[in-house]
Amino acid sequence: MSTLTTQDTFDVLLESAPQNFSALRTAGKELYQSAGLPVAKAEEYKFTAITKKLEKSISDFRAASPISISKNQIIESTFKGFDGYTLVFSNGKFLPELSSQIEGIEVSGLNESTGGVGTIAKAEKDAFAALNQATFNGGISIKVPKKVQVDKPILLLSFNQSNDGQVITPRFWIEVGDFAEVTFIDQSVGLVDSPYFINKVVEVKGGINSQINYYRLQHEGDQVIEVSNIETDVLADARFTSVNISLSGDMVRNNLSLNLLGSNCEGNMYGIYLLNGKTHVDNHTNVDHTIPHAESNELYKGIFDEQSRGVFNGKIFVRQDAQKTNAFQQNNNVLLSEDAIVNTKPQLEIWADDVKCSHGCTVGQLDEEALFYLQARGIDKTLAKGLLLYAFVGEVLEKIEDESFKNHVVGLIQNRLGSKF
Amino acid sequence: MLTIKNLHASIEGTPILRGINLEVKAGEVHAIMGPNGSGKSTLASVLAGREEYEVTEGEVIFQGKDLLEMAPEDRAREGVFLAFQYPVEIPGVSSTNFLRTALNQVREYRGQEPLDAVKFLSLMKEKMKLVEIDQKLLSRSLNEGFSGGEKKRNEIFQMAMLEPTLSILDETDSGLDIDALRIVSNGVNQLKSDKNATIVVTHYQRLLDYIVPDYVHVLYKGRIVKSGTKELALELEEKGYDWIKEEVDSAAV
Repeated sequence: MSTLTTQDTFDVLLESAPQNFSALRTAGKELYQSAGLPVAKAEEYKFTAITKKLEKSISDFRAASPISISKNQIIESTFKGFDGYTLVFSNGKFLPELSSQIEGIEVSGLNESTGGVGTIAKAEKDAFAALNQATFNGGISIKVPKKVQVDKPILLLSFNQSNDGQVITPRFWIEVGDFAEVTFIDQSVGLVDSPYFINKVVEVKGGINSQINYYRLQHEGDQVIEVSNIETDVLADARFTSVNISLSGDMVRNNLSLNLLGSNCEGNMYGIYLLNGKTHVDNHTNVDHTIPHAESNELYKGIFDEQSRGVFNGKIFVRQDAQKTNAFQQNNNVLLSEDAIVNTKPQLEIWADDVKCSHGCTVGQLDEEALFYLQARGIDKTLAKGLLLYAFVGEVLEKIEDESFKNHVVGLIQNRLGSKF
Repeated sequence: MLTIKNLHASIEGTPILRGINLEVKAGEVHAIMGPNGSGKSTLASVLAGREEYEVTEGEVIFQGKDLLEMAPEDRAREGVFLAFQYPVEIPGVSSTNFLRTALNQVREYRGQEPLDAVKFLSLMKEKMKLVEIDQKLLSRSLNEGFSGGEKKRNEIFQMAMLEPTLSILDETDSGLDIDALRIVSNGVNQLKSDKNATIVVTHYQRLLDYIVPDYVHVLYKGRIVKSGTKELALELEEKGYDWIKEEVDSAAV
């Protein structure tokens, strides 16, 4: 095994990248090479030593080829009660033959005629976004035409497994027309518990007055390393809501960016991390208020047990023109073990003077008095703990509008907390 | 039903209870009175199993079982109920859900079938009348945003639902206006039977006009220094606690 260094870690991947999108890939490669992987203590990755982790845990930095997926696997991996359309991916590659046909929507593999790719998730902002742009394999384009209201949620079901290589580079391009409405559920399934690295980019181009929900469940094996960049443009009168649920993994870094570009739009970022073992999850969010009269809401709640670790960094930019902005941010954390760590940081930069902004971060422990109160009524201590923790994250769960997905997540969380009631 | 023998308890190394002896029989109401800091609430907390208190000596036998050996939830399941002086607000947990979970855990322990939603609701409706509590209140998060009086009523409502053998009311009267006090006491009185017992911990005699005790005990410096009937409470109301303090302190010299 060769010794890898920051400089050449992804050289093999870059050299064997697909041939299409050549201009885009060349630009991505140049940006990646000039930025390099984050060095130790790099500001944006200060608490998440992703480079070190990759070099330690991944030995084969080639792309993992798609594996064959059976219809049965799809059925087994689809959560109970789900009623919607399913789009299937294998190691990042879209499998149309196994996916639902969705009437009135254009779904295809990503190709150069798609247009717009790389214009929303800007490669210059993050080395991994640049690396994805240079090396993505396959990818998908989903276009919801103007005024189309997709009647059921769309499940983006990704099957992952290290194969001939251990790097998976999915790329989603989602375009939602003016007045269109759609809900996505992004869920990955690890087929075997082996180490692999997912470097994902999702670009969402929302139209005027569009309504988009993007729900995401991270619940793969404990050896998975993932960096994702999800970025969206939100136009006038539109609403974009992200709910991100992280339950496992080795090291996970989520970059979520909302660009609020039209007045009266709304951007919502919600999340739960419920971690144990040595799982490390880092949520970096960024909302950019560029215009007046827009609103953003953010609420992330974390529960950390054993030696797990969480990072929250919430950036809010309110540009000079963005008067009458409403921007709210909150991150609350509970540590259940002395070995768990959380680093939380709000980062507000406000240039406008007539705005309403608030932020708050808390890190605490389980309320012992509340625990005693429940026990004193006959409730078992473990169950009482579970009830309190479930109540703690309940506020975020309420943001999930799709009932079947909500029930699925509630089930997973109650199971983890031992709080079924 | 309950026998407390030479009970000593301390918190963070500071002794609070210094040898409590008390016998409570089924059908009885005992009032524990005393000046602030005498150990009244500590006694209530120790009986319910609050972990901050360390029992250093003595024993508590409840219906033939060693109460001090049990976890708080098991004491509750055995039939001990503490009405909290400061009921805790728990956002995100609805009163109804909480009570149903509690009730079914208690029933399971006693070998009874869990109540289904329908039976639970009808039981709830019946018990709600006792303390004149509004159903709207119970669909909200547990005690969250409740007024002082609503919280205390909710305590007695929970007591009615769980049907304890031994109820300990810790300063349930403090902060209540006369109407709320009447409602709460009325609830407690209706729940009284010859099979259960009540310990009323209070600083003021006023509550005892409504919940009439069979025995009154005065706690001072962690010991019961005087016991009597309800007349003792009236005497305390009239003369305050100083005469008892003097009696005890001069005897100690």
